[in-house]
Amino acid sequence: MSEAGPAGARPAGAAPEAPIVAEGLVKRFGGFTAVDHVSFRIAEGEIVGFIGPNGAGKSTTIRMLCGLLRPTEGRALVAGLDVARDPEGVRQKIGYMSQKFSLYGDLTVAENLRFFGGIYRVPKDQLAERIRYAVEMAGLAGREDALVATLAGGWKQRLALGCAILHRPPILFLDEPTSGVDPQSRRRFWDLIAALAAGGVSVLVSTHYMDEAEYCNRIALIDRGRLIVMARPSELKRHKLGGDLLDLECEPMGAAILALEQAPAIKDAAVFGNSIHLLVADGAAALSTVPKFLADRGVAVTRLQVMEPTLEDIFVQLVGGERGRQGAAA
Amino acid sequence: MRLRRLKAIAVKEVLQVWRDPRSLLIALLMPFMQMILLGYGVSLDVKHLPICFFDREASQNSRALLKRFQASQYFAIVGAFDNYRDVTRALDRGACRMAIVVPPDMTERLNDSGASTIQALVDATDTNTANIAMGYAQAVVAGFSSDVQLSALNLAGGGGNEAVTPVTVESRVWFNEDLESRNFIIPGVVALVMALVGAQLTSLTISREWERGTMELLISTPVTPMELMLGKLAPYFVIGLLDAVFCLVFAVFWFQVPFRGTLITLFLGTSLFLVVVLGIGYLISTMIRSQVGAAQIGLLVTLLPTTLLSGYAFPIDQMPVAVQAVTYLVFARYYVTTLKAVFLKGSGILELWAPGLAMIVYAAIVAFLAARAFRKRLD
Repeated sequence: MSEAGPAGARPAGAAPEAPIVAEGLVKRFGGFTAVDHVSFRIAEGEIVGFIGPNGAGKSTTIRMLCGLLRPTEGRALVAGLDVARDPEGVRQKIGYMSQKFSLYGDLTVAENLRFFGGIYRVPKDQLAERIRYAVEMAGLAGREDALVATLAGGWKQRLALGCAILHRPPILFLDEPTSGVDPQSRRRFWDLIAALAAGGVSVLVSTHYMDEAEYCNRIALIDRGRLIVMARPSELKRHKLGGDLLDLECEPMGAAILALEQAPAIKDAAVFGNSIHLLVADGAAALSTVPKFLADRGVAVTRLQVMEPTLEDIFVQLVGGERGRQGAAA
Repeated sequence: MRLRRLKAIAVKEVLQVWRDPRSLLIALLMPFMQMILLGYGVSLDVKHLPICFFDREASQNSRALLKRFQASQYFAIVGAFDNYRDVTRALDRGACRMAIVVPPDMTERLNDSGASTIQALVDATDTNTANIAMGYAQAVVAGFSSDVQLSALNLAGGGGNEAVTPVTVESRVWFNEDLESRNFIIPGVVALVMALVGAQLTSLTISREWERGTMELLISTPVTPMELMLGKLAPYFVIGLLDAVFCLVFAVFWFQVPFRGTLITLFLGTSLFLVVVLGIGYLISTMIRSQVGAAQIGLLVTLLPTTLLSGYAFPIDQMPVAVQAVTYLVFARYYVTTLKAVFLKGSGILELWAPGLAMIVYAAIVAFLAARAFRKRLD
């Protein structure tokens, strides 16, 4: 069973007024379970980030919600419609950006936009205006006649978003939209997402950049097909760690890690770059006990301080805990 | 089904073909190359066959015979020799394919017994050509001998009005009066071009979307499989018809193949054939997600049977019985039959009901399968 976050999975069977509802979604490919009983709902105007390593099941979940993959078990309701029963109805209401860039490289910017305008049957008297809007949003004004294949990554990404929202869908599924895009373009992209959400669009976006979680109203941590937790980033940081976090710099690190894993007062120790993050029940007490504990074992502490946890800390701690529990159960 | 979406797909497809050198090449250059290669390359005719002459008599008669050979369009006299050694050498070198040797006593024998023989030495490395050349040579000699007979009778009968000419069989060739194998082959080449262009272009359309990753986005849109299929095939249908027009013009004005039927019959037959070919290409494309694989299977399924089993150049009634039975399954067979009948016989729609019906059945089956083939899912 997946662990439900505070604002995450409510009991199945509740009235599906939320634009996006997943109820016990399971996807198996042969013997491999890519998505394992995932439940959540996303409100109007909410941005939810799917965060997790590659192969965690983020894309598979999104594809099920778009009706591209049939769930092995469970139910997906998008815009109030059962995706399995009325996939075409759902497709009218959603915009989708797939993981791989999937506009037509051999068509120009304007031709791509016109194509999707036609496919989504955007009213003809509004098409020109919406195309102009999309072009401006993507920062492609003046480059309407450029072949898409010749555009740089950030532009392509924004154009793909422009194509996905041309028909003004109330729901957006974005599968790793910022992968391979430079930081500045990523920032700009997230500003666009925020603007759309402010207009009432529900956005489900997956990413493997931890820092992007900060842009989301809620984040869902996904690991090995399971939804580990779903909560606001601030909530996660406050509650989920279950202790204080210490930032430790010492020499030698390898010996320190081995020693700390044996220490009873240390809940968790993980290497982050050139320092070690320690999870302890009481940060103030640990500040005095840890250096002594390490000194006894031949490790010299150069720096030790209480720190604000990052989402990465939360993720590592939660995934580690989940895996530990699974290992113990097996 | 929404026309707007269909149109969006069709426009996109046209733009892509227009910008894809490979597709353009197939659509524009292939028909031209096929017509040229098959129109000139595949000829079952013997014309202007190089022959040499060894006249051992040098009489008025032998010169008359030589003239007859010279006049025949089937032969070209490339040498006249006065000894066997040169004749043999010319044959050995391949300078000539046949040598006509007039015996020194031809006229003498004709006068004595009314019969003589002429020697023909034939290079039979190509047996087909050798046989045909022998046939033509015999015809030339027969013409010559009837001349001789006639003048002999005239001499004998004096008046000549009542002269009895020997009874000869005069065969009349229909539909391809010139006995040009080109007239027989070219209409069939149209089928070959259609099969090649149609299946090649369409076998790429769906697999290209898979290969480039555009398919995932496309199937997340509300476009229906029917809109997708019709939108994608419509441009290729038009390209196919344009290629057909090109082939027709090329056949009639360049190769001088007679066209005796009506354009509407040709249009209907071609449309049916295109539906089948495009449908098959599309079917393949939905099943094979790599462009190269799809193109190869496309060739295998359409061009190969069309080349070998449609009867376009190799007559079906000369095939082994078992193979003949197989040809009924080859849809191109019905189109080739239609093409030849329309070009050479001037057959109308009513006379072509049988192949027409076969093509309609085929087209219906393929269209049905193609419409169901594409699923908007990744799994």
